[in-house]
Amino acid sequence: MMAIFAIIQHKSGKADDTVAELCLAAKKIDAAAAVTAIVVGKAADCDAVAAEAAKYYANVWKIAADALAYPNAELIRPMLVKLIPAGSIVLAPFTPFGMDLCPGLSVKMNAAYCADVVGVDGLEGAALTVNRQEYAGQVYAKMKIDVSGGAVLTCRPGVFASDDVPVVNGAVADKTADAGAVPAAKRRFLEVVEAEVGDVDITKSDVLVSVGRGIESQENLEIAFDLAKIMGADVSCSRPIVDAKWLEKSRQVGTSGQTVKPKVYMAMGISGAFQHLGGIKGNPFIVAVNKNPKAPIFQVAEVGIVGDILELIPALTEKISEMKG
Amino acid sequence: MEILVCVKRVPDTAENEIAVNKDGSDIVRDDLVYSVNEWDNYAVEEAIQIRDKVGGSVTVVAVGDDDAEEIVRREMAMGADTGIIMKDSAFEGSDGLGIAKILAKCVSMGKYDLVLTGAMADDGAGQVGGMLAALLDWPYASVVNKVEAGSGKLTVGREIEGGNQEMNEIELPCVLSIQTGINEPRYVGIRGIRKVASVEIPCHGKDACGLDAASIGDAGAKVKRAAYFVPVLGEGAEMIEGSTDEQVDKLIELLKAKGGIK
Ligand SMILES: Cc1cc2nc3c(=O)[nH]c(=O)nc-3n(C[C@H](O)[C@H](O)[C@H](O)COP(=O)(O)OP(=O)(O)OC[C@H]3O[C@@H](n4cnc5c(N)ncnc54)[C@H](O)[C@@H]3O)c2cc1C
Repeated sequence: MMAIFAIIQHKSGKADDTVAELCLAAKKIDAAAAVTAIVVGKAADCDAVAAEAAKYYANVWKIAADALAYPNAELIRPMLVKLIPAGSIVLAPFTPFGMDLCPGLSVKMNAAYCADVVGVDGLEGAALTVNRQEYAGQVYAKMKIDVSGGAVLTCRPGVFASDDVPVVNGAVADKTADAGAVPAAKRRFLEVVEAEVGDVDITKSDVLVSVGRGIESQENLEIAFDLAKIMGADVSCSRPIVDAKWLEKSRQVGTSGQTVKPKVYMAMGISGAFQHLGGIKGNPFIVAVNKNPKAPIFQVAEVGIVGDILELIPALTEKISEMKG
Repeated sequence: MEILVCVKRVPDTAENEIAVNKDGSDIVRDDLVYSVNEWDNYAVEEAIQIRDKVGGSVTVVAVGDDDAEEIVRREMAMGADTGIIMKDSAFEGSDGLGIAKILAKCVSMGKYDLVLTGAMADDGAGQVGGMLAALLDWPYASVVNKVEAGSGKLTVGREIEGGNQEMNEIELPCVLSIQTGINEPRYVGIRGIRKVASVEIPCHGKDACGLDAASIGDAGAKVKRAAYFVPVLGEGAEMIEGSTDEQVDKLIELLKAKGGIK
């Protein structure tokens, strides 16, 4: 039986959705495992989040200190290394928080590391097999992990989601003293700068014409705006379009952009990376046009066309305008 | 400031259809278009901009085989001062930690104040920067989308959820993983490429940097790819076939039904 720990991401006293997902992932690794959630933060946050975590985890450890009010991985990492027994499996979400904390944590724990796990095949002796995606989601890889010295895994948010997580009403233990004094860190948190508000609020749009790198140039954006206009839609985009400064950040759909809930989402020349899909909620009718039949977007779209958006968008605009007279 | 930037040669996923070979042991590598990992270009650009502001030098390093030279030269043509290739058959089959160990040796062979990596690469793991920092015992910040150089320290912005930015102060020396969008990587022209075409690029193997073969490569890897596959995932999209005209007609019909056309 493995000892499995889940590091809970939280904000303003509320646990992230991944709190239940990590528990489910742990059970897939080893159904018999003793799974412990670890909540690190300032006291008030810690208590609220630990109580939430105790719904799913038999054991919850909290580490509370004012200096831990913001999740600075450089402070948290040494405390976790001190607390977690060598040879354990540690789970965390594959988010900016998990990406910051976990690669270094695995080194300091002398454990194996595997990022962005999207599926678990199971544990056989000391070999754990998990699935992940490579090449921007175009292919999957089965990773065989030697967990004899422990392992740190980050799990992709959303994939281990389920409505029926068993409720266990576990116990919360204060491990602050055992984790030792908050270390002096060479990285200090200053502040969070909030995202700028743009002129169009795509979070309120019912229909989005969303363009990705397939649009190829800033000039070509015009065809997307023409289509959006005739459809009564707004234009949103994937990240490379914002990186290139062709559209403002407030139009970016995704985990590091906006979360949208339209009725219809037209993914035009967008590959369908999970960070992009993470911003699309509420089960819209997704239409995908992409010249690559293997693009991962086709796995989530309702309707797909393998084709060139530079041809298809103008053709669509023309037909709709003819129809409207 | 002496800056080292770690770069990787990867199949260009925007240009390639990646497929799995017959026995699932690898992806099909014939005819793949390779380029510099997208995130690394932003890291090199950032290093050049920092150097141009505060002085110092930029070195790019790749762990790889003979093909790695092409991308190291490209990043030198961009404006990096020197290149290094970490090359040895013993490096093959390294997992993320193995690569980080090789890079850590490269760091200790020089005298750097700052090491940059891309936030992630073709494997999507985003692991090497954080591991490298831990091996060196240097502070680390991931998914960095802003860097301001001060004396002995940097102010960095990390990208977090929802388009927000987390500002931190970090002491030098440190490791940062760089996120796209932090700058606009400059265009590399043929003239730049020509200028660095004959510059010597030193190669270092495991003996030169004193690496134990058992801790790297296939032998040292705790994480191995057992197989590649393409899963059958539910139904997937209903594909609309036919001529563009027919496709557009069908699509309009569906959009109307779903409230997509007002
Ligand atoms: C921490 C982090 C956060 C991120 N946050 C976000 C986020 O919030 N939002 C986001 O979008 N991304 C985000 N990303 C980036 C994400 O991983 C992908 O890189 C990005 O979504 C890819 O955008 P894309 O699909 O437009 O481009 P690509 O992946 O380059 O895909 C372009 C697609 O267009 C197709 N294409 C090209 N030309 C044509 C044509 N003429 N006609 C039809 N199809 C064509 C190609 O086949 C390809 O599938 C984040 C990454 C990280 C590491």
